[in-house]
Amino acid sequence: MMRALFFALLMVCAGAASAHKPSDSYLVLDVAGKNVAGQWDIALRDLDMAIGLDQDGNGELTWDEVRARQGAISAYALARLQLSNAGAACPLHVTGMLLDDHSDGAYAVLRLQAACAADIDVLDASYRLLFDIDPQHKGLLRLTNAGQTSTAIFTPDSPAQHLAVRDASRWRQFADYVKHGVWHIWIGFDHILFLLSLLLPAVLVHTAKGWQGRDTFRASFIDVLKVVTAFTLAHSVTLTLATLGVVALPSRVVESAIAASVVLAALNNLWPLFERRRALVAFAFGLIHGFGFASVLLDLGLPQASLLLSLVGFNAGVEIGQLTIVAVFLPLAFAARRTFAYRKVVLMGGSGLIALIALVWLFERVCDFKLISS
Amino acid sequence: MPPFRPIRFLFAVLACCALPALAVPYLPKDGRQVVEHLPSRADPVQRELLRLRTELNAAPNNVALAATLAQRYIEQARIDGDPRYLGYAEAALAPWWKLAQPPEQVLVLRATLRQSTHQFPAALADLDQAVKRDSGNVQAWITRATVQMITGDFTAAKASCMRLYSRAPQLVVQTCLSNIANVTGQGPASYRQLAASLAAQRDATPAIRIWVSTLLAEMAARAGDVPGAESYYKAALAFDQSDSYLLAAWSDFLLDQGRAAEVVPLLKDKTRADALLLRYALALQAVRSPLAGAQVEALRARFDAAMLRGDTVHQREQARYALALRNQPAQAVQLAKLNWAVQKEAADFRILAETAAASGDAEARKLVADWLNKTGLQDQTVASTLRRLKVAP
Repeated sequence: MMRALFFALLMVCAGAASAHKPSDSYLVLDVAGKNVAGQWDIALRDLDMAIGLDQDGNGELTWDEVRARQGAISAYALARLQLSNAGAACPLHVTGMLLDDHSDGAYAVLRLQAACAADIDVLDASYRLLFDIDPQHKGLLRLTNAGQTSTAIFTPDSPAQHLAVRDASRWRQFADYVKHGVWHIWIGFDHILFLLSLLLPAVLVHTAKGWQGRDTFRASFIDVLKVVTAFTLAHSVTLTLATLGVVALPSRVVESAIAASVVLAALNNLWPLFERRRALVAFAFGLIHGFGFASVLLDLGLPQASLLLSLVGFNAGVEIGQLTIVAVFLPLAFAARRTFAYRKVVLMGGSGLIALIALVWLFERVCDFKLISS
Repeated sequence: MPPFRPIRFLFAVLACCALPALAVPYLPKDGRQVVEHLPSRADPVQRELLRLRTELNAAPNNVALAATLAQRYIEQARIDGDPRYLGYAEAALAPWWKLAQPPEQVLVLRATLRQSTHQFPAALADLDQAVKRDSGNVQAWITRATVQMITGDFTAAKASCMRLYSRAPQLVVQTCLSNIANVTGQGPASYRQLAASLAAQRDATPAIRIWVSTLLAEMAARAGDVPGAESYYKAALAFDQSDSYLLAAWSDFLLDQGRAAEVVPLLKDKTRADALLLRYALALQAVRSPLAGAQVEALRARFDAAMLRGDTVHQREQARYALALRNQPAQAVQLAKLNWAVQKEAADFRILAETAAASGDAEARKLVADWLNKTGLQDQTVASTLRRLKVAP
């Protein structure tokens, strides 16, 4: 009875007596590309409670006593913190141990390193340090990435955090996809050849006497604009649909159709089949080329969290690459349009050559057989 | 916990600024350097705790053992002022912590731990369940009265005290009731009654004498009986000079009386507890000591750390710190109002009134006036502040 009462009396004042701080650890992570560098401050008081640091038990903890337990401290801590990115674990290592004085005592400072398999888009952190010993313990996380900072608090009720890496890197990622887009159109000869086949006649007009140079740059420009816009619109639509998984075509069908489109576009310059409707043709085949772009984008491995961003970036890159080609091609072609060389060598010879190459591609892709590399 | 959006925002802002303020990690030059002071394993209390913990580890579902250990940890938290023990107590109760209807021993302990982190509604729910199961549970009734009083529900608190009749010693019942009457319009009368009860009860244990004397000292100060307050404080201190609640109350009394110079040596070595560090810094500032700046910095670091972890338990102290040590009345009154939404003890009322007067915050002033109307509180320690606020009781 008296013991219970004594206890109760203590409680009467418990609300008023404010004390020092409950247990916290401070975790600072800096994300750069695939790598995480970090620092983890854990109170020596807590480590002593968990794994025992004070070897002689005299209450005076020396640096030697702490240092002697460095292996055990690292093992204890690392077993209670997991980082992962896109489902793949990023193994953590302790690279060193220091000390730091916080407002409520001395802390062990663990220097951390982790490497993920791919660039980090979302960092998943799972934390359960000390929760079994002290459920009031909290882990205070500060995550930095390219100068941006975010914070989170781990508690027994929220031991896992899903940390989106900040906007700054999103822009970097966006830029990366733009680059991929540009690069793909430049090294993707089938796309360039298809586009060139449609653009070559843009500075000319087909008459009864064959190909003649157009009178004005404006007329040529409008013709190019129509073709390029139609092609862009079409491939953007299918690129988006295929990337989002709305429609899917077997890649062999797509690759073969792309080769066929190049053949047709080139032959059209030798024997005009659809001269006045090149924009329409550009649109129709653009749909097929969009599937081709999508397969490249999917091969790059799309982060689910920033799917749209990557898609828009890649598409913008494709357009930039395409417009660069047009910007170089159009003035040169316009200047040379009335020459014999342009009409016979470039248009006829070039288109013939393109048609030949594309036919080989078509054969290769349909029969799944390699003659020349594309 | 009630969701305090504004303070969450403040936390978020501070969280971003506060962490870089951490010191730079270092490697001690000498391996023999003492880097931290821990509870010594030679200490009999620590040995007993360790023994109980070892026993519990071997039988984690032994509820009697778990309750004993949790209770010992809670007592230790009170003595050392170290909240880690509260966490250890919670861990001891882990198998039952999330149960809707845990065993009876666990209920009161869980309520106490929930109260310590200001989860008052959850604490009350546990206590209601405890007294429903056993109306003779004295401990549950006292804790219930305490929580109801902290949250300002005086009618309910009084009803809880009444249930102690014939179940607890007369002095305990009287203390429970006087404590409420003292802040609800019967200041002088309740003070006299309790003083008489203590004088009549010569065989009370030291623990009860400390408790009652401390409350009497606070009542005396509220009644404006300065010599009476001093003698009760000294009577309590004669029993125990390490009780952190008593030391804080005594220091506040000395600071009010312009005797800050006496506070400095009293608290010099007790600054591990935030509440005492606050009084120490206030005393140093009052005597214009050059040491004041460093202590104010230390407090800032502690409050920043508390904000970082999202704690709202220290808002009363933090409001006082902001007002008296940082001269930030606007921030202080916000903290005092947030604190007032959670707890309504005399000290909470006082900091609310003081920050209201310093900041001119109309909302805080209205809270003060409403409370005076509702309770009829008579308190000389806030009288001059209330005159400045022009809200006479």
